[in-house]
Amino acid sequence: MAHQYLSLTDADRDGMLEAIGVSSVEDLFRDVPEALRFQGELDLEPALSEPELVAHLSELAARNVHAGQELSFLGAGIYDHYVPAVVDAILSRGEFLTAYTPYQPEMSQGTLQAIFEYQTAICELTGMDVSNASGYDGPGVAADACYVAKHVTGRGKVVLCETVNPQVRQVVKTYAPGFGVEVVEVAHRNGVTDAHELQAAAQDAACVIFAQPNFFGCLEAAPDLAAAANDAGALPVAYVDPVSLGVLEAPGAYGCAIAIGEGQGAGNYQAYGGPHYGFIAARRDFIRRMPGRIVGETTDMAGERGYVLTLQTREQHIRREKATHNITTNQTLLALGGLIHLSWLGPQGLRDVGETCLALAEYAKERLDLPLVFPEHATFKEFAVHAGRPADDVIRAAREQGVHPGYALRRDYQGMEDALLVCVTEKRTPADIDRLAEVLAA
Amino acid sequence: MKLIYEKSKAGRRASTLPHYDLPKAEVPEELRRKRAPRLPELSEPEVVRHFSALATRTFGIDTGFYPLGSCTMKHNPRVNERLVNLPGFRDLHPLQDEDGAQGALELMWRLQEILAEVVGLDAVSLQPAAGSQGELTGLMLMRAYFADRGESDRRANVFVADTAHGTNPASVTMAGFKLQKVGTDERGNLDLEFLRANVNDETAGLMLTNPSTLGLFDESIEEVARIFHDAGALLYYDGANLNAVCGISRPGDMGFDIVHYNLHKTFSQPHGGGGPGAGPIAVRGILEPFLPVPVVAGNGERYRFDYDRPKTIGKVRGFYGPFGVFVRSYAFIRSYGPGLREMSEAAVLNANYLLARLKGTYDLPFERLCMHEFVLSARNLKREHGVSALDVAKRLMDYGYHPPTIYFPLIVPEALMIEPTETEPKEALDGFIQAMHAIAREAAEDPKLLKDAPHNRPVRRLDEVKAAKRAIVRYQFDEHPDMRGEPAEGEAVEAQKGA
Repeated sequence: MAHQYLSLTDADRDGMLEAIGVSSVEDLFRDVPEALRFQGELDLEPALSEPELVAHLSELAARNVHAGQELSFLGAGIYDHYVPAVVDAILSRGEFLTAYTPYQPEMSQGTLQAIFEYQTAICELTGMDVSNASGYDGPGVAADACYVAKHVTGRGKVVLCETVNPQVRQVVKTYAPGFGVEVVEVAHRNGVTDAHELQAAAQDAACVIFAQPNFFGCLEAAPDLAAAANDAGALPVAYVDPVSLGVLEAPGAYGCAIAIGEGQGAGNYQAYGGPHYGFIAARRDFIRRMPGRIVGETTDMAGERGYVLTLQTREQHIRREKATHNITTNQTLLALGGLIHLSWLGPQGLRDVGETCLALAEYAKERLDLPLVFPEHATFKEFAVHAGRPADDVIRAAREQGVHPGYALRRDYQGMEDALLVCVTEKRTPADIDRLAEVLAA
Repeated sequence: MKLIYEKSKAGRRASTLPHYDLPKAEVPEELRRKRAPRLPELSEPEVVRHFSALATRTFGIDTGFYPLGSCTMKHNPRVNERLVNLPGFRDLHPLQDEDGAQGALELMWRLQEILAEVVGLDAVSLQPAAGSQGELTGLMLMRAYFADRGESDRRANVFVADTAHGTNPASVTMAGFKLQKVGTDERGNLDLEFLRANVNDETAGLMLTNPSTLGLFDESIEEVARIFHDAGALLYYDGANLNAVCGISRPGDMGFDIVHYNLHKTFSQPHGGGGPGAGPIAVRGILEPFLPVPVVAGNGERYRFDYDRPKTIGKVRGFYGPFGVFVRSYAFIRSYGPGLREMSEAAVLNANYLLARLKGTYDLPFERLCMHEFVLSARNLKREHGVSALDVAKRLMDYGYHPPTIYFPLIVPEALMIEPTETEPKEALDGFIQAMHAIAREAAEDPKLLKDAPHNRPVRRLDEVKAAKRAIVRYQFDEHPDMRGEPAEGEAVEAQKGA
């Protein structure tokens, strides 16, 4: 029997070989030099039938402790927001799932229109004029923003605030040498960035990346940071949480040139870190330096409205070594999840989620009764507390009681041994927070 | 069809959310949102109906034959969708303690082992998000390797074939190397004479797809590898076409030192309208110390992340890579086991069958057997009837097929790059052959029929020139222009579509 994903019968195969004019399948590989033909069988475990496959992967999945099994307050960049059922239902449609990049617009108006609507949603959230069809993830679009800024300004330095997610900073530092940019970091002062220090660092810089809210959960004085960058002639780049943008000001409204972020919290499951989508949006001035796919509106031969991939002379398949980026496959399906989620929420729903997170976080601060690490600053959905003993010990003890209390900040910041970063989303209830307080008090 | 924003009506919403009886917490005034984002306001039935309508205006592999060359549009098994949605995978936080993620770590470790075996190399990093990120990672590994040997200042050049995907030269630039283009000889192989004359101790390496984008296996690959290795340089394998050679020939044995995989191509991740993908890389032992962190380490019983790698290039993506893609590809490979060879054999057989039946009707630039894909030229139709590859592609839509990749690779005029994949039944191939023959006849009898195609899609040919000129890339609500009244600027552009 043929494999279940293959469709040729023995009779098909014989007829096809005859049409080709060879006597066996092996003959089709005659251009592969003799010495390079792999002998024998790949050393792989035997094939599994579908029920065996389900059993095997179910067994692997069962050895993971997921958000449904443990009361979790882990955030730090990936969030347990509610993903509505309509997202699952639409993304499982075979047309969206099994199509590729909409190179041929007449075959792909659905995908193209969806991307156009996604670009609009991202622009509305961030207050920007132009968005691409998606980037790989939050760290990836941060690197992309540096590459855009380098070319726009001609400057060879980028400034990262130390309060930006460490994953983001690590990724930017990896790509920077190839981009020909130097990376400078600005230390935090009591949990936030000092605008004067930032302005000093931003002299001769292509861009400045800060996060709002920042990695500690604190709200930065973002308008001041953007102004500091602008005063130094560096592009202000805000790394933002899409879920916060119903209650927090849009980066475009306080002078940012580029807004970026990890999209996961809007429409994607946690999925052990991916796949998710990163978003990048910018002022119109930078439209021809943007990375990746962009969909534009046009008309067809009959004068009717339609959508196409546009400004492709920026892209690798047309411009090759002079392209604005090498990206081709992006994260369209995940970005579509984002669009559906945002359409489900609507403006009021987005605001409600934000307000619920704010209120739950305040309730949690009060209930936990642990000293805040940065008590002077307002927060959104995460905040850091002094656990009073090494955070790893606290996490271990709490997990034994079925509660994951958060993230140990010492993993990224020296001297923060007892600091625990606690995250609440609209899925955590006041009773859940009471339970966390009880476990941490023990 | 209306945009979702044009269907919006104040007062409607699809979402319901928990309400907790807590005091309201305010954002400080100066940081508070002043004007709400204009997200659509619709009820749930309207949301579902809108996106369902968009789905029906989208053609996927589930809809029909999709021979988009170099994109490997194969069947996506539905069991993989069930598996990726198991809560133990779907709802797992990436910062969960290692003891709470042993199943995920084991899956990644197993996938690393399998991928290394398939290409015949020593170590794997799953981290890159897509092939192009894998390319950039591979080039950074080259740089780190030469820096470690004190040669990085000198080794500035990377050779790329003129048949390469655009990602290769774009990656060379982004990684800070200098591009050296190498041509193709009359049999479709790399120009050996050029390489012999130009590869030297300033060369960092070669990036090559093998089989190439022409669908041809480079017959001189052993000699190519010798030239680069003798100069102390490295060979990078662009895995875009790995679907041709699983169990047939291994890139490591061909002499490549670094390989990226496109899991979404070879190992059947649904393409999702343009992603997600995954671009893991494999390397020879000499490059292992430089791999991105973390690497998944294990002993068959216990698995952990290894961050203690002093020579690492760093992190190239957040966390550990696109885990959901790993679940699907691992499941896909386990459904084949060592029988992966059958997959590649069927892919190559399907392609050669199409080639044999079409080459009399369309020009064949390189008279050889092909691997998993092949490139025809519509230059004969252009010359004789003024009909272009673009016209053939658009007319195929009327017959119910997604067009092949066109105008790529760049060295073939009026290129039609066709990749059927292994999952297509002979009946589908025969139907496509008939359509291609019919279109060639129509080109002679009624070329206007082709020039005006497609005739029965939701839209007619679109004005790509106008789109680029106006660059309307978001809905602008009350200020949104009505482009319908404006004159046409041009038409569909005869440029690369696909690959």
